[in-house]
Amino acid sequence: MIKESHLNIFVLGLLIFVPFFAYWNDQPFTITLMTRAVIFAIAAVGLNLALGIGGFISFGHAAFFGLGGYVMGILAWHSQNYVTLVEWPILIEGTKSMPIIWIITIAASAFLAAIIGMISLKTTGVYFIMITLAFAQMMYYFSTSWSAYGGEDGLSIYVRNNFPGLNTLDPIQFFSICCVILLIVLFFMGRLIKSPFGLALNASRQSRQRIEAVGFDFHKLQLTAFILSGAITGLSGALFADLNRFVSPSMFSWQLSGEFIVFIIIGGVGRLFGPVIGALIFVWLEHLIGGISDYWHIFLGFILLAIVLFGKGGIIGLLSREDAQHE
Amino acid sequence: MGLLSLSSVKAYYGESQALFDVNLEVNEGEIVALMGRNGTGKSTTVKSIFQMIPTKGELLFSGKNLSKLKSFQVSRLGAGLVPEGRRIFGQLSVKENLIATSREGRWNLEEINDLFPKLKERSGQVASSLSGGEQQMLAIARALMTNPRLLILDEATEGLAPIIRQEIWSAIKTLRNDTGLAILIIDKSIRELRQICDRVVILEKGRTVWRGNIDQLSNEVTQEFIGV
Repeated sequence: MIKESHLNIFVLGLLIFVPFFAYWNDQPFTITLMTRAVIFAIAAVGLNLALGIGGFISFGHAAFFGLGGYVMGILAWHSQNYVTLVEWPILIEGTKSMPIIWIITIAASAFLAAIIGMISLKTTGVYFIMITLAFAQMMYYFSTSWSAYGGEDGLSIYVRNNFPGLNTLDPIQFFSICCVILLIVLFFMGRLIKSPFGLALNASRQSRQRIEAVGFDFHKLQLTAFILSGAITGLSGALFADLNRFVSPSMFSWQLSGEFIVFIIIGGVGRLFGPVIGALIFVWLEHLIGGISDYWHIFLGFILLAIVLFGKGGIIGLLSREDAQHE
Repeated sequence: MGLLSLSSVKAYYGESQALFDVNLEVNEGEIVALMGRNGTGKSTTVKSIFQMIPTKGELLFSGKNLSKLKSFQVSRLGAGLVPEGRRIFGQLSVKENLIATSREGRWNLEEINDLFPKLKERSGQVASSLSGGEQQMLAIARALMTNPRLLILDEATEGLAPIIRQEIWSAIKTLRNDTGLAILIIDKSIRELRQICDRVVILEKGRTVWRGNIDQLSNEVTQEFIGV
């Protein structure tokens, strides 16, 4: 058996080695594929805070992913087309600067998460799942009817946004940006999980009454976690839109929310690197088996079934045999 | 006025009334035993203090009305609870259980390790894998990490081996002698309670039926209301 920490280092090494190996062998598509996996991993790491640590299963995280995409798309579109975004009370123009877009995305996603969280966290279990799904679907249908920004057809951004000192159109440089963000998010998440807040969140999943008896406001704990979770997933949406230079209502789709959950289950619920492994496996399966058959999801279904039946701790649990804190 | 004061407290589980007239007071630095047969409302009284169930009557902590507060606010006022049946956070390690609940004050990891050296040895161990006695020590330690002004121990020695019970009682004595912490203790071990308690409150059928100093607690009273 492998120690979980060793497995994490191996995955991290693989994540960095494969794109750079592809770069030296002039395989830009592989780099793009790994960038996609890294972005999905960021989204799922965000969801893992709510689902894996907090224990509330959000089936609507695509709402934040899509919002991140649209924030990026709208800001970049206005900047590219020299159309002012807001004229009154203050003049706001679009921007092509990635760092500015990320900050706005994080703020917007956190705000949306606060609204959704305040309403949906009044419920638990299947009701919470349905309310979060309903919010994401509302965002989906709103975006399909928002003709100013492409409606059902989506919005194309012809040139990737800028990052100071880097050529973001170069696949390896854009991958590096995404990978560094993933590393920062993982570092932040690792610290958060072991902090008094993270431990209290974990404890709140085990018993609401007990965590309140030691002085924690259960709702505040959950809402804070949901906001952080939504903000991280929102950031990944902005990166995804930049990767594709395109944003569309499909970024709000419930299938995507489901896929984020699948990443976490495959990798290991509540484990720091679980979503990373899940996203890597998903993206490569999609590429390898998807090239053979359109029905590649059947194979994914088998893997998911096997993991749920025989490996509750996901791939990490199977390989390391160490219990996660949720088990 | 006492640190904790309950007057004519009534409590309900849905439609059913569980407490009818509970009166008790715990002063700063005092140890009070809450006694009674099974099902007389001792644990319900604790739940009432923490507002885990609907209550009526006057519940004051340090002069503040508890009936308008939520459970976590009662805890933040300075009430530390060691619940019946231990109820530690089983999926966290011993150390994580303590870090998660820590608040500023006298009690920190070092102090806890001095009080319960066994917990230091088990620091990295998942709490659910501890023995019953160790879990009880952890439950007490977790409550102390909230740096309470009043510690409420609900059947803290119930179901433990005699040697472990001795360790728990010894820790409670240390708390009394070294810290002057106010303690409300629910237990049936009269011999041990006589050694550490200042006063006793006895409940029967959800009512306070006897209150007095520990030295006034005669065999007739214990026979009549506790059955020992």
